[in-house]
Amino acid sequence: MSVQTITKVQELMHTTRVEDVMATNVIIIEPSQTVADVKILMRDKHISGAPVMDKGKIVGMITMTDILRAMEEGRLHEPVSQSMTLRVKTVLKDSVVAEVANILGLKGSSRLPVVDRDGGLVGIVTTGTLTRYLLRQLDKSLQKNESEKLHTYRASHIFQDIISDDTSLVLRFVVDDKDFSNAGKASSLIKRALQRLVVNPQIVRRVAVAVYEAEMNLVIHTDVGGEILVDIRKDKLSVSAVDHGPGIEDLKQVLQPGFSTAPQWIRDMGFGAGMGLANIKRVSDMMKLISEPGGGTRLDMVFNLVSPD
Amino acid sequence: MKLQELIKVLNAEIILENHGPDEDIPVGGAADLMSDVLAFGAAGMALLTGLTNPQVVRTAEMAGINVIVLVRDKKAPPETLELARELGVTLVRTGYTMYEACGRLFSAGLPGLGVVRIRNDSW
Ligand SMILES: Nc1ncnc2c1ncn2[C@@H]1O[C@H](COP(=O)(O)OP(=O)(O)O)[C@@H](O)[C@H]1O
Ligand SMILES: [Mg+2]
Repeated sequence: MSVQTITKVQELMHTTRVEDVMATNVIIIEPSQTVADVKILMRDKHISGAPVMDKGKIVGMITMTDILRAMEEGRLHEPVSQSMTLRVKTVLKDSVVAEVANILGLKGSSRLPVVDRDGGLVGIVTTGTLTRYLLRQLDKSLQKNESEKLHTYRASHIFQDIISDDTSLVLRFVVDDKDFSNAGKASSLIKRALQRLVVNPQIVRRVAVAVYEAEMNLVIHTDVGGEILVDIRKDKLSVSAVDHGPGIEDLKQVLQPGFSTAPQWIRDMGFGAGMGLANIKRVSDMMKLISEPGGGTRLDMVFNLVSPD
Repeated sequence: MKLQELIKVLNAEIILENHGPDEDIPVGGAADLMSDVLAFGAAGMALLTGLTNPQVVRTAEMAGINVIVLVRDKKAPPETLELARELGVTLVRTGYTMYEACGRLFSAGLPGLGVVRIRNDSW
């Protein structure tokens, strides 16, 4: 078992409450039932022990071991109250599983009645219920991690698996204008792609910020939308945001932090502070803005990638 | 500060729970300008904001932010909730104003980013 899996078990043990693990359909025995009756009941219900209750109070616990002893000692037709284990440990429903595991690990305790703060029986936890729960959770979390890991594994080897004098991976995204709800989708996918390629997280974050600002500019400042092109090489990432929108009259002016032509409704949504291009310049290793009024706009950004291995 | 402490200090309500109560929150920040978040947001930061549109969640995603606090009991529209669910962002809501929510968290020991300058390349 890997180190990671062990940590996950420990995490589960300390974050899961007993009430999430316990069985709630508890089979209860009355003190007056005979050992023989209980033996049949336990066989039919496939259980190996049950709490004995008298007027809503737990008075004992009867297990297979108790029944075997009763048979040896000829008490098969006497009430279970003669043969049950009297000292019953219980556990509060909101205690964590780690506590239960400790008690269940002790000799002779393979099941524990679960009670609420008033001492009322609400369920039962056994080594079986506990193990099944932990295995199920572990499987779920592994499956979730595993599929992302598989994507990452496959993608991250592309530069080793595909040989050429200069391999590059080109991604192309179409960005609609004024589609405010969907804006950022391309950036999100680009971020995911870089994570799967195991690019340094610091760099992924810088690229995500820059691409998102560029994508928002396509959404906000063009009336036609545009496209984002990403060219990924082993050592370098180039991103271009290209549109055939209105273009920019004064390139110096728009590069000033704080300058913006965004309309009020865009500002109300938290954009249009005029910091986008300044942000991009700050997080990229190279930025170039090319535009002509009426001739569209092209924004090129370059990021140096530290070698992934 | 742990997420559960933040919730207690702000008397907040969890709208969407994608992180456990023990999730560590190293630093806090507040902004209604998304470019500010992109410029100054630190990974793991709790973002206090008065905005509720889906781009707040997108911005958080890009900046590596896991927890968003909506101030003045603002209600998030369904698109925002849906995106937050998809991206695994935790959303909480507090009745305090931005000023008071920040003040309470700061006095409870959640630090800010200190003095940040736009030229300061802290990446
Ligand atoms: N693709 C584009 N087409 C036309 N104008 C643009 C484009 N991108 C940016 N601009 C102009 O540059 C200005 C500054 O952009 P930016 O720094 O991102 O700030 P903001 O988007 O907040 O206005 C914009 O207000 C807009 O006038
Ligand atoms: Mg912009």
